[in-house]
Amino acid sequence: MTGGTFVGMPAFPEAARAALGDTQLRHNLAHATHTIRDKRARVVAEVEEWEELRVAGTAVKEAALRDLATHLEQLEASLTARGATVHWARDAAEACAIVARVTHAHGADEVVKVKSMATAEIGLNEALEAEGIAAWETDLAELIVQLGDDLPSHILVPAIHRNRAEIREIFRRRMGDVGRPAPDDLTDEPSVLAAAARAHLREKFLRAKVAVSGANFAVAETGTLVVVESEGNGRMCLTLPEVLISVVGIEKVVPTWRDLDPLLRLLPRSSTGERMNPYTSMWSGVTPGDGPQEVHVVLIDNGRTRALADDVGRQALRCIRCSACLNVCPVYERVGGHAYGSVYPGPIGAILNPLLNGVSDPQTASLPYASSLCGACFEVCPVRIDIPSVLVDQRAQVVDSHRGDAVPKPEAVAMRATAWAFSDARRLRWAHRASGGAGRVLDRLGRTTLPGGRRAAGRLPGPGAAWTSARDLPAPPAESFRAWWQRTDGGRR
Amino acid sequence: MTSARDEILAAVRAALDGVEPAGPLPPPPTVRPVDDLVGLFVERVEDYRAVVTRCAADEVAATVAAALAGGSAVVPSGLGIEVPGSVVDPSTGSGHRDGLSATDLDGIDAVVTAARVGIAETGTIVLDHAEDQGRRAISLVPDLHVCVVRADQVVADVPDAVALLDPARALTWISGPSATSDIELDRVEGVHGPRTLHVVLVE
Repeated sequence: MTGGTFVGMPAFPEAARAALGDTQLRHNLAHATHTIRDKRARVVAEVEEWEELRVAGTAVKEAALRDLATHLEQLEASLTARGATVHWARDAAEACAIVARVTHAHGADEVVKVKSMATAEIGLNEALEAEGIAAWETDLAELIVQLGDDLPSHILVPAIHRNRAEIREIFRRRMGDVGRPAPDDLTDEPSVLAAAARAHLREKFLRAKVAVSGANFAVAETGTLVVVESEGNGRMCLTLPEVLISVVGIEKVVPTWRDLDPLLRLLPRSSTGERMNPYTSMWSGVTPGDGPQEVHVVLIDNGRTRALADDVGRQALRCIRCSACLNVCPVYERVGGHAYGSVYPGPIGAILNPLLNGVSDPQTASLPYASSLCGACFEVCPVRIDIPSVLVDQRAQVVDSHRGDAVPKPEAVAMRATAWAFSDARRLRWAHRASGGAGRVLDRLGRTTLPGGRRAAGRLPGPGAAWTSARDLPAPPAESFRAWWQRTDGGRR
Repeated sequence: MTSARDEILAAVRAALDGVEPAGPLPPPPTVRPVDDLVGLFVERVEDYRAVVTRCAADEVAATVAAALAGGSAVVPSGLGIEVPGSVVDPSTGSGHRDGLSATDLDGIDAVVTAARVGIAETGTIVLDHAEDQGRRAISLVPDLHVCVVRADQVVADVPDAVALLDPARALTWISGPSATSDIELDRVEGVHGPRTLHVVLVE
């Protein structure tokens, strides 16, 4: 069983328009983002030294990235010394193949999974299915997404777009197909739904031989991997099976054990809005007599070295996947996660996807524009990623990538025409007159009225439609500033 | 053909060509002193809807027995507290194949363990799975976790705990019972981990 796939998703503006038309989705999202945003604000306000903590957390991740090769080699050595097997994967296909090979080597046809962004990014479930291995998601929200053949729409709460009634329906319809069915008296109470997930997954935890996880942090000095979670599904996967395979992005490394301190203080408050998440597991390779006795770690690149080479964008690799930026983003709040066409939605996704994959694909190239640049994301980011600045730089890269196009984009044509008109006083005067004429027409025909009473064009025909499809075009004033100045001598007449 | 390892490390070095390694790190903010460490710890643990019972050293066995309410229990070999009728899990050094299976543990109501450290600010208990706490599975599968914490084990905040803990050991940080907010961000206590956490605080 696979979930859906993001392959072939339309570019952001098109996907966003569809999402905006879904009132249920907008209601679910507004409720969820406001709830979590308020929780975060409350627990962050408790910490007087929050800004110092942010600076310290930023410094840890920045130090790790700036000397990444050294730390990765040290991580490999520490893990190996502790009995783990370290694998390296250049891309998604290599990483998936390693996981499949290890699973097959144990004769297993199923794995239990801890929620992990890295394995979602590489499409592990689909790849394993093609190899005859069932991958069971055990995080409640991931289970909802998987059973619903759906796509994740949030980093922390992938089923944030679903309400309780929809979840009840999914559980009733699908649980029986893949294991223990939902009880007949299933209601839409969250506690009842959680109990159904507990019963459904327990048999899978008890019999699984192989587990797959990601890691929130990997400590180079000690070979310690850290998984931060809430439900205990992570502990189940990390403890009960004989074999554990952890897929870890190379940017997850932190240099020393003590470096975990600021990050463990920042992450839960930023993410779930708790002082601490219910469970954090830490393990360094194999612990004799306790938990999996065969431990694999797959270190993946999959575009990270591409992002690392970007002087402005490199900071996005500091991300600790808390999702605070999603919850405060006015764009995310309205369109939801699917419109971003990636497992990484929201403001961080709008920069991370282009950084990991480049901007040659129109869908990815549309993401840096999926923002009003309001800056709320930067304000809440626990590792101070200046997302607005990276967005602007990514926009520049998108524009640069079209400089050689045989047919220039309408925007480029408009900019060239503007430059031509602005570079000569006579031409500018003519342009003003034309614009004033257009203004008088629009003033009479404008289909909407802006606050303040100014009329605006509803929709321009031709190439202008690309502009007005997502924006109001205010009617230009009938008289330009220059004309007014001449007529009134700067207001003196 | 170069290996994936060599190619990735070479790509990392190429990407960082001309980038200076970071200088010394700014120290994370220090912990504010807390007047009543134990009081704050209790308040914060209870905030997660865990149960806390405070007792004197000579009342521990009775307090634990009351928390178990007659249900079956598993205890680690080095617990050092009398729990009548409990199943003793063999010591961690002996390999978990010899101990109770996960399915066996699933049939037991409760587990009693000690802890390594308690964190007041966050209401967290950390297990380092020494002999008085047992291997990770026993404190995970049963539905009730009775955790005995001594008052002198409570520290103020996360950095104090990080300084005390040994990363060579498997560590489990526990803040309340298992919980989820995956349905409409409505917090529900009790998913896969123990649905009830009962902390016995010994003063």
